[in-house]
This record gives sequence, C-alpha cells and structure tokens, in this order.
Amino acid sequence: MADETKQKVSKDEIRSIIATDCGSTTTKAILIERQGDEYRLIHRGEAPTTVEAPFEDVTMGVRNAVGEVEELTGKEFLGDEGVIVPRESDERGTDLYLSTSSAGGGLQMMVAGVVKTMSAESAERAALGAGAIVMDVIAVDDGREPHEKIARIRQLRPDMILFSGGIDGGTVTHVSETAELIAAADPKPRLGTGYELPVIYAGNKHARTHVKDTLDDLVDLRIVDNIRPVLEEEVLEPAREEIHNLFMEHVMAQAPGYSKLMNWTSSAIMPTPGAVGRGIQNVSEQYDMEVIGVDIGGATTDVFSVFQETFNRTVSANLGMSYSICNVLLETGLENIVRWLPFEVSEADLRNRIRNKMIRPTTIPQTLDALIIEQALAREALRLAFDHHKTLATGLKGLKRARDMGSAFEQETTESLVDMMTLGMVLGSGGVLSHAPRRIQAACMLMDAFQPQGVTLLAVDSIFMMPQLGVLSTVHQEASAQVFDRDCLIRLGTCIAPVPGQDYYRSDRLFGRDVVEVELQMPDGSERTETLKFGELRRIPLQEGETATAVIDPTRRFDVGAGLGRTLETEVEGGVCGLLLDARGRPLYLVDDPAERRQLIREWIESMDIYPADALARYIEGQEV
Amino acid sequence: MAHAYTPGLKASSSQLIQRTRRLPIPGDVLVEKGDVIQPDQTVARTELPGDPLSLNIANRMGVEPEDINSVLKVQEGDEVEEGDVLAFSSSFFGLIKREERSPVSGTIEMISTVSGQMVMREPPIPLELHGYIKGIVIEVMPEEGIVVQTRGAFIQGIFGIGGERRGEIKVMVDDSGEILDASEIDSDCEGKVLVVGSLATSDILHRADEVGAKGVVAAGIIDEDLVDYLGHDIGVAITGQEEIPLTLIVTEGFGPMRIADKTFSLLQNVDGQDASLNGATQIRAGVMRPEIICPEEGFEESLASETAAGDDASEADDGAGLDVGTPIRIIREPYFGYLAEVTELPPELQVIESEARVRVLRARLQDGTEVTVPRANVEIIED
Repeated sequence: MADETKQKVSKDEIRSIIATDCGSTTTKAILIERQGDEYRLIHRGEAPTTVEAPFEDVTMGVRNAVGEVEELTGKEFLGDEGVIVPRESDERGTDLYLSTSSAGGGLQMMVAGVVKTMSAESAERAALGAGAIVMDVIAVDDGREPHEKIARIRQLRPDMILFSGGIDGGTVTHVSETAELIAAADPKPRLGTGYELPVIYAGNKHARTHVKDTLDDLVDLRIVDNIRPVLEEEVLEPAREEIHNLFMEHVMAQAPGYSKLMNWTSSAIMPTPGAVGRGIQNVSEQYDMEVIGVDIGGATTDVFSVFQETFNRTVSANLGMSYSICNVLLETGLENIVRWLPFEVSEADLRNRIRNKMIRPTTIPQTLDALIIEQALAREALRLAFDHHKTLATGLKGLKRARDMGSAFEQETTESLVDMMTLGMVLGSGGVLSHAPRRIQAACMLMDAFQPQGVTLLAVDSIFMMPQLGVLSTVHQEASAQVFDRDCLIRLGTCIAPVPGQDYYRSDRLFGRDVVEVELQMPDGSERTETLKFGELRRIPLQEGETATAVIDPTRRFDVGAGLGRTLETEVEGGVCGLLLDARGRPLYLVDDPAERRQLIREWIESMDIYPADALARYIEGQEV
Repeated sequence: MAHAYTPGLKASSSQLIQRTRRLPIPGDVLVEKGDVIQPDQTVARTELPGDPLSLNIANRMGVEPEDINSVLKVQEGDEVEEGDVLAFSSSFFGLIKREERSPVSGTIEMISTVSGQMVMREPPIPLELHGYIKGIVIEVMPEEGIVVQTRGAFIQGIFGIGGERRGEIKVMVDDSGEILDASEIDSDCEGKVLVVGSLATSDILHRADEVGAKGVVAAGIIDEDLVDYLGHDIGVAITGQEEIPLTLIVTEGFGPMRIADKTFSLLQNVDGQDASLNGATQIRAGVMRPEIICPEEGFEESLASETAAGDDASEADDGAGLDVGTPIRIIREPYFGYLAEVTELPPELQVIESEARVRVLRARLQDGTEVTVPRANVEIIED
C-alpha cells in the first residue's frame, strides 16, 4: 500500500531496488543495485501479464518476471508474502519495491467542462497528464444535443469522470447543467458492480453545493480545487493527484490481484503513462532542455513534451503498429505511406499486408521489404500522433491579449507550445524504434516523423524502462537519474537540420543549392568541414559519449537557430549513429514524381546506410533506376 | 522455449464448448439448470432504463431558472404522456400564453431550479438474451445469465464481421482454393451459411446479402472488397457490431488463398447441419476470434457423462509447443499462407533478411521445399 512507514530504509541506505511495470500484455521487472557510488541496472526479466482469465491475478505475472531476475542473479527476492522488503541480506530481499500498471486497459476516463476550448480542454490535459486514456470530452458547446451526451456517458462506462467548468465566481448554471446530465446518465463504472463511479469535480467553487446536491447520492463525488480558478491560470495538480488516489482506491482495487500487489509495493502504484510522463519531466530537468518523448505501441502512441517548462501528454488511442495499424492507413492514406518506400508496390498488395499485420499482430518482418513498409507506417503513425500532440500542447485558450501599439485588436493565444527549433531532445521508445535492426533506422524514423529543426539530440530508450524509472524518481530521484543516463538512454546522435526561410520553396530550383557548411573540431583534435546542398543527408562518425565543437554556417536563406544566414557555434553530442546532417528542408521536401522520389529515397538510404544494399537491390531490380 | 508466439486457430470435429450468456444489467433468467435450449430461445430478459431527455424549461418559457416552479404543471415523479402540458404561463391578462408540451411519454425524473432543466425518462426498453447455441444449461447465474454447454464441431476464423447468427451450413465449392461465381448464389441460399472457398468477393457478399443468407465463410478477402461491402473502412481490430444482415468469417487472412485442408474438410463434414456463428473479432489482450459452432445430434446424452470434465474444457489451451513434425501455417511473407511441417528448431538466435536477430525454425513446405522462418511468424495447426 502507499504507506510511507513501509519505507524503513533511508534513501542513502538503499542498495537494491526492484521495479515492475504491468503492461497489458507483458510484465517487466528490473533490478537496480548500487555499485560504489552509482546506481546501475543489473538485470531485467519479463513474463506475460496475468490480469485476464484464466489467471486473473496480476501478481502471478509479477512473480514470474521477478522470478526471471532471481534466476539471472541467483538471489532471492520473492517470499510467500510477495516481494521481500526490506532486504534481509545481500542475497535475500530488496530495499524498495515499486510498480506501475497499464494492465486491464489502463485508466479510462471521461472529462466534461463548460467551454470546449477552455475548462473542458484543461480537464482533458489534467486527465492525460495523470496517465488516463480520455474516452470522450463533453462540453456544453460541443455541438451535441443533451440526450446525445447522456447516451454517450451511459455507453462509455469510464473508470472515472473529471468535470470542471467556470472560473471561481463565474457561471453556475452551465456547470449545474453538466452535473445534471451526468446524474441523468446515472453512469456505471467499467470494472466491478459493487462500487459507485468516482466523479471528480474541479470547477467553479460557487457551484459545489449544487453539484453535491445533484450527484452525491449517485456517484462517489470528490471535490478538488478549480482547474481554472481564473481565466489566466490553469491549476492541474490537485485534480491529477485526486485521479491518482482514485486510481489506486477504485480502479486498481477492482482489477484482479491488485489489492495484493498494492500491499507488496513500497509506494503507490502509478498508471504507466503517468510514470513515463514523470520520467520525461525528469529528463528535461536533468539535461536542462526541452524534450519530446514518444512511445509507439501496438494499439496507441503516447507523446509527451516539456516546452517552456510546461509538461503535456497526449494519447493517440488508435495509432499503433499492430491492433490499430489499419487506422494509421485510414488516417494518413496510402500515398503517404508509399512516399517513404524506395520501391514500387501494388496498392492491393500493400493494403492486404497491412490488414494481415492487424489480425496477426505478433508477427515480425522477415523480408527487407516488409521491414521497410513497417517503418514507413511507423513514420506516419508518429507524425500523426505528433500533429495531434501539437494541437493540445498549447497556451491557454480564451485569454485576451492586448497587442502592442495600443492596437484595438485583441487576439486569442492558441499557438502550440511546441517549438522544434528550441527542442533539445527527441526520445523514442516502443518496439519499432527500440528493436529496429539498425539504430540508424530508428534515427531516420524520428527525423522524418518529427522533423527536428536546428540542433537536436535523438535518442531511444533501450528496453523501455521509463515507467519504472518514472515511479522510482518519486522516491529516489538520484537513482532514477543515474540509471536513466547510464543504462536506459541510447544516444543515436545529434541531428543538424537547417530550416529554409518562407520563400525558399517558391524558388524554381531547390536541389543543388548550398544549404550549410559545418566545421567540426573532432574529439581527437582533427578538423573537418562538411558542405551540404539542398536534399542531401549525411552521416559523420562521432561515438556515443564523445562531443565535437561545431561551427554551423547556413547560407543566407537558411536558419539553424541563430537566424537566417547566421552562424551558430555549439557543442554537439555523438551517438551510435554519429552526427546526422539533414539538408532536406523543413518541412521535409519530397518530390511529387513517384519515380524521382523513389530515387531520392534510395540516395538517402545509401548515404545513411539505412538498409543492407544487396538485399535492397533485389527489391528494386527491374524497377526504374 | 519452443512455443509459437501466435496461438493456432482451432478446428475440431468434436469438442466440448461452453458459452456464458450474460445480461448487461440484472434481470430475470428464464431457464433452469439442466434445460436444453435452442439458439433462438430467450434465456434471460431485462429492461434497460429508458432514454433520458432533458428540456430547458426556463429557456423555453422565458423565465429565470429559480422561477420555473411558478409555470410548471408537473412535479418530479409524475408520469406524463406525449403531448401533455408540462408548463404553462399567461400574461397581459391572458392575451399571451405560453406552454410547453411533453415530446415523449415518460416520467419526470428531475427538475432543477439552478439550471432550469427538466430531465424526463422514457419508458424502459425490454432486452432479450438468446441462447446462441443449442446446448444444456449447466449453470444459472441468478439475475445475470447462464452458462450453456454443448458438444460439436468448432472452427475459429482469423477475422470476421457481423454478430451472432444461426443458419444451415452450405458448402458451395468442391475445392478450398476455388473462387465461387456469385451467380451460383440463388434463393436456395436464403437463411444459410455459405462456404464460398478462396475469396469472399464483393459480388459474393452483395449477392448473399440479397438472397438473405445468414453468413459467408471464406479463406480470404481482398481489403477493397471488405470496404466496399461494409461501406466504410475498419481502422481498429474490434468487430462484431457492424449493422449488416450477414456474418462474414475469414479463416486465413487478407488476399486470395486456400482454406486450410483440415478446416475445409470439417466444413464439408458439417454441410447441411445447423450452425451458430459469430464474426466478433478483437485482437488485443484477451483475443477474441470469430467462430462457427455445430452442435452434434444427440449431444445431450454424450454431455451427461462429461459434465465432470470441468468448466474450462472448451477454453483449455492445449498450449502444445512446437516440435519437429508439428504442422504449422506460415502467417507472414515471404511464405504467407503456406502450410508446412517443422523439421528443425535451432536454439540460437539467427539473423534473417531484415537483419533482425530472432528465434527461427526450419520447415518443409507441402511441395517439399525447406525454408527458414521466424518462430513469431507461424501458427500451430491445432487439433
């Protein structure tokens, strides 16, 4: 249970930590130990999650995963009562046992507010940030009739509802109307029938009495501070905290075996995406940079970001690499997938292949063409998820901002917080990125999907430890940070991408023009100069752990962060793929003519050594050259 | 560890099958333990609460929310008929009259003097739960539903659309790789489940639909034909709720291919028999595959001696691992759809063409060719 007293060992004395993540299909355990002055990942184990029938007890999967770690270390971590905490000797037990969970479908929420782009959107951000899947957003002005909203609430059966609306002292009527809709729907929770649906009210404090009168007898009502106490301010923490409490009290307590697991852990179980979000925020602080994190799974793609010290998370519930791969096709269209391929493929064949991946999600690409197609789909899934993220990661909407010069005009601030030029790192995880046969493939997927601008470090999470490290950071920040840096983060390399000025694409001739000159002082003291023309992509060896000094001198129509044509001098980090120079323009420029485009893609594949040349030659043989 | 990662699809000529039939909310169970039930028989019934309807009386009558009681002609708990007066006001000595009549019949559930809203609830909607398969009730869950058990042929498909249906199996092709000419589907096919061979083409689906067939079973379907028949695309692998008059079950995948020999001969064996089928497919944790169930004649007697076999008999996964000699189906390119037999299970990881290092197996295709395939890309052909 989330019981502070269980933590008998002080932080400094912690030498051994077990952390598990109970995913919907796999339960992953990691063992962290202190070696000298630093914490390191020692071993990991995994086993199928056992939430569903016939097992229906999550702790069996945890035992199996931790059991693998026991086998690998020869130490004993499991007793009759679960994970042995505190440690009894060097060979038996651990100082800290933590867990995250997304099993059983994760935390599924519905949010409601008064104005769609204001209180409802703030409520959505609060729920997403807490690690929820938001099933629907209901607002007074969402265009649906009241009976349609009621029908929707009844049909969805969320784990909990968060509802907000009105600034303190503002509208009571509309908030009451929403409360009445919820009451009329008489919603039932998804799991279990023996408890009332938790509903969190985080709106106008003057409407609390009426909300209470309307809902108290029907649901488990919790009242927290208003998410938007005044128009200019968004206060998400109290609502997020209550979501976590209720997640433990209700959702987890209803899921099979969780009441047992809650007794094993030294600290509260966190929803997996909530823990990953915490992890991403730590990364931003630790490296003092703006960060985008992405986790691309079989069913969903989560995007996290920290810009201007503001954390945001979005879930694209139906963009994934297996169960929902057909939705990627549906949303982006076949032509957007084909544009990344270096060979021709028939439309019918491609569609059937994608469908077959959906119905047999655990299969892997055996042939090179299958791998290239899968990575093309990943580019599109990532791109769409990121587009979605940009629309929600915005400043507060509904604010009136006076413009300069005493202008009478006022304007809504709705710009996305996401600024690719100030971005410091893109961190990817998920099978298609972490398990790409060549690391450069992961780097190129991130470059093509996110299109970082200026100077940006690209990285992947080696074995997707972010959930465990996120929850660990809530009790031991230092251990979490050390393991992240040394054992989790794989630096792929730094991408340098000059951005053309707005008029560049109006030129008659794009290709062949000089874009940038990069002078590098390499770690061995040698110097080299790289000049790139538009459309070129190049890879310079620079090992992980090494840095080089770069003087980046863009031509007058390009910007690398210092302004059009202005030189930028900076340190660049190496990585397993080296330094990645990208002069393909932003937005990335792909020619329209299919044959010319395929030729361009082949040139990039060759210059970056993305795929094995001999195998690729077999697929393009007989096609145009 | 010698497991295939993808569980094989079942195709069994005779096995114990259990299905839980559960109401969405509590109600009345109409059958008893030991009863023999029919697929179309109502086994449980309940009433779903009627749809709520909210009316903003304050807005409609032009009064402040706190004043709505002065115009209301009804109270919370009142039953009203469609057209009854809910609120009435007159002003200017009766010259201006306003009234609000009930758009539906139902009960006044709530009146709010804060928002000025009235919530009405329409009469409950009766819901009947059918037996789905012919079998014996082996368990009654009071107010919830039943567990029905039968013995018979059981075939799983890989993908389907459309919900629960019942009909007689009619095998329309002699060869499982043949593509049926849609014109062969005539009025004789009404109410039947048609086994159409290699492909469920758009023509076949539309024709089957026209003559009133209950189901179509084929090895494969072309993606575009599916979209054409459904009228929309499918993005996520959760099906079964489509509003279509027949159920489609695909046994192998997308594209033209053969129905696996074992599955096809099983379908030939049950030709002319009554079947229950369900196209619902869900490919996530807790995978659900479409199914065809044909209860055996006289299953009641055979079940009497079997009930001790345990509740999970139908679900029990044999969990058989891969071994040399295990028959498999390859489920990804470059040998997609081929049937083969395992000849070797090298323990060490191997690098395949895509350069991934994975566990593989060697297998002999039906034409004698030996191939290497990732273990993740095969399915065991189950008994």
